[in-house]
Amino acid sequence: MSEQTLFKVTVDNITIEVPAGTTILQAARQIGGAVAPPAMCYYSKLQGSGGKCRTCLVEVSKGSEKDPRPMPKLVASCRTTVMDGMEVKNITSEKVVDARAGIVEFLLLNHPLDCPICDQAGECHLQDLSFEHGKSSTRYEFQRRTFKKHDLGKHIQLHMTRCILCYRCVFTADQLTNKRAHGILDRGDHAEIATHIEKSLDNEFIGNVIDVCPVGALTDKTFRFKNRVWFLKPMDAHRDCPTCSGRVTLWNRGDEVYRVTARKDEWGEIEDTPDGKPGWICNTCRFDKKQTTDWVVEGPREISRHSVIAQGHYAGNIGTTKPTETFAAINDGRSPHLLMDIHSESEVNQPNLHLGENEGPSNGVTFNNNIKNA
Amino acid sequence: MGVKLLLEKANVPGIRTYDVYRREGGYATAEKALKEMTIESIVEEVKKSGLRGRGGAGFPAGMKWSFIAKPEGVPRHLVCNADESEPGTFKDRYLMEFLPHLLLEGLLISSFALGSNDTYIYIRGEYAWVADILEEAIVEATKNGWLGKNILGTGFDCMIHVHRGAGAYICGEETALIESLEGKRGNPRIKPPFPAIQGLWMRPTVVNNVETLAAVVPIIKMGGDEYAKIGVGRSTGTKLISACGNINKPGVYEIDMTISVEDFIYSDEYCGGIANGKKLKACIPGGSSVPILPANLLLKTAKGETRYMNYESLSDGGFATGSMMGSGGFIILDEDQCIVKNTLTLARFYRHESCGQCSPCREGTGWMEKILQKIESGKGEVSDIDLLWDIQRKIEGNTICPLGDAAAWPVAAAIRHFRDEFEWHIHNRELSQTSNFGLQHYADPIHVPA
Repeated sequence: MSEQTLFKVTVDNITIEVPAGTTILQAARQIGGAVAPPAMCYYSKLQGSGGKCRTCLVEVSKGSEKDPRPMPKLVASCRTTVMDGMEVKNITSEKVVDARAGIVEFLLLNHPLDCPICDQAGECHLQDLSFEHGKSSTRYEFQRRTFKKHDLGKHIQLHMTRCILCYRCVFTADQLTNKRAHGILDRGDHAEIATHIEKSLDNEFIGNVIDVCPVGALTDKTFRFKNRVWFLKPMDAHRDCPTCSGRVTLWNRGDEVYRVTARKDEWGEIEDTPDGKPGWICNTCRFDKKQTTDWVVEGPREISRHSVIAQGHYAGNIGTTKPTETFAAINDGRSPHLLMDIHSESEVNQPNLHLGENEGPSNGVTFNNNIKNA
Repeated sequence: MGVKLLLEKANVPGIRTYDVYRREGGYATAEKALKEMTIESIVEEVKKSGLRGRGGAGFPAGMKWSFIAKPEGVPRHLVCNADESEPGTFKDRYLMEFLPHLLLEGLLISSFALGSNDTYIYIRGEYAWVADILEEAIVEATKNGWLGKNILGTGFDCMIHVHRGAGAYICGEETALIESLEGKRGNPRIKPPFPAIQGLWMRPTVVNNVETLAAVVPIIKMGGDEYAKIGVGRSTGTKLISACGNINKPGVYEIDMTISVEDFIYSDEYCGGIANGKKLKACIPGGSSVPILPANLLLKTAKGETRYMNYESLSDGGFATGSMMGSGGFIILDEDQCIVKNTLTLARFYRHESCGQCSPCREGTGWMEKILQKIESGKGEVSDIDLLWDIQRKIEGNTICPLGDAAAWPVAAAIRHFRDEFEWHIHNRELSQTSNFGLQHYADPIHVPA
């Protein structure tokens, strides 16, 4: 094998060597952490994806060793390949931070923000993006664009109102199925994902559009409104499937399998199978095998500590330890102050009371008793 | 009278037909190019001429031609961009409608120079009758041996195909045009790769404007050096200007780029002054997407120099006090026109024409339209002006194709130069519904510090 040319690229002052042809985004992901720009439309397993959402814009402050001129505009890191000696600014560039906040605002402009009733909540890339890069409020004061719900057969529900038009599902259908039956209709801010004539999406691999959707626009009908993802325990499992790799994540509560998805890496993308192919799963695995007996369970899946899904799960598994000190020990012997009913029971209003003396959460009865006893 | 190269024969009766065009000396240049010149010498002449793309960006055409990749065994294509949809621009229509053979001759020479055996004219769908004229002209030219197999015995094959668009402005962007030509949805591609490397059907492609390709004929006829002598500086040759708005003589004019803007508007040879004896308030000098200029900055630059109708002079002062030559759609607004309403009209157009592929343009154009609608209908707040400014700033430069910029610039320029009119609209809500802000100080001379 011939030696691959390695290019030196610096992202946010961290230098890394990557093979020629790598994109800035992939190089930044190799560094990891906050250096990696967010990506809503780019999906490394889908050819031709990326460049559309503009959240991954970065500033190239030095083009390359040969041509050190900076690039005049911010560039989409997912579609720009690195050059030797390139210097890239992501979160260290004010321009990028400002532009990205703008993009988040644009993306949320027509988004319904119905997270409380959205099945994607908790694993939604748009939620993460707006939390990390957005502003706390919008300046948009007009009616939001809405669409009727579109039925895509017995497995997939399309909620076009939530869609950010990343085109991922279009690429998925193009590249995984032999005939794409859905696409983008219309243009501009009334563009929508739809089947041209109302009909269901039936291909054996079409269920993967649910996995690639960064928001809650395409959801699993067998899981709709059944549970919140952070109440479920993800478990790696596999089965001998004749059509796909059969390597999945089961989302359990107790012994019940609530849903089945492909295994996703830390960037929310499908993991490769050991033979190096993307681990897309078939509809049978995804929608029909909802018994634990259908699967060989390998063990709990590692979930990023920062994800809401990790809350309350696998304390031992992710390298954290249960604290041994008590609150009292930390607070110099003082018990924690209770947070409930703070208006009537705070030390400001009732200086004669010490909240720490209450046992358990305080309520109206505690309060009345305290008054009586005082 | 200025020099006329393209429209010289436009008034000859029957010039649309092959026989008259040939009698007037047509196709002689193509014969010269194909029989006496080499591919390299044609490209060299075009380079020497300094011809700049007439579609709007003004990129040197010869340079663009020299970028085309020439891999072994891969066909190359020339595509003529006749998807002229910029509001205020109608020069290509005029050229194609009255001189179809001039375009075909230019296409033939250019196809020969670029090695394109299949050349396409992507014409705007609304120009249905023009497409018919072109197709008729192609039939005539093929019958007379100027298109088809083994042209003039040189062994060069060339066929020109007319492809009708479906009425999308975005398909005037070269990569969206290519996508549309391939039969796909007209979404701009993400560059790189540029069309010169991977264009139509992933083959090396050059996309040029109608006027650019037609201008190849006089360049080859008179030689690149002679052509470069017309005009001034890097604005060589002649340019077609489609003048419209509140002027006495709207129409397509060929200018040699040495004429001042004031002469162009007021001389009888060209626009013939402002209609109905009104005064000039503002002008969009290069098609709807370039920044609008108030009268005082239009006639004189910020330095107090006379502004001329050429690439450099019109963009003098950058976007702060200048504009752009653009595609040559010269729109004049008189004192009765409302800038807020005008900006709203443009914003509505760009919102309607945004392809919806990338988020800043898709969402931002709609947002700007709604805010402008709010101000125009007398419900605006002063903070809306700053909000508009912030939105356009966040669209500009952050999109895949220049449509985002084109949508942002008119709004930015309107606020930059006419902010007081926006404020007047907001503070005089009822009055603004019935009357106009008027000319105010926009025509006053600019104070130039010594």
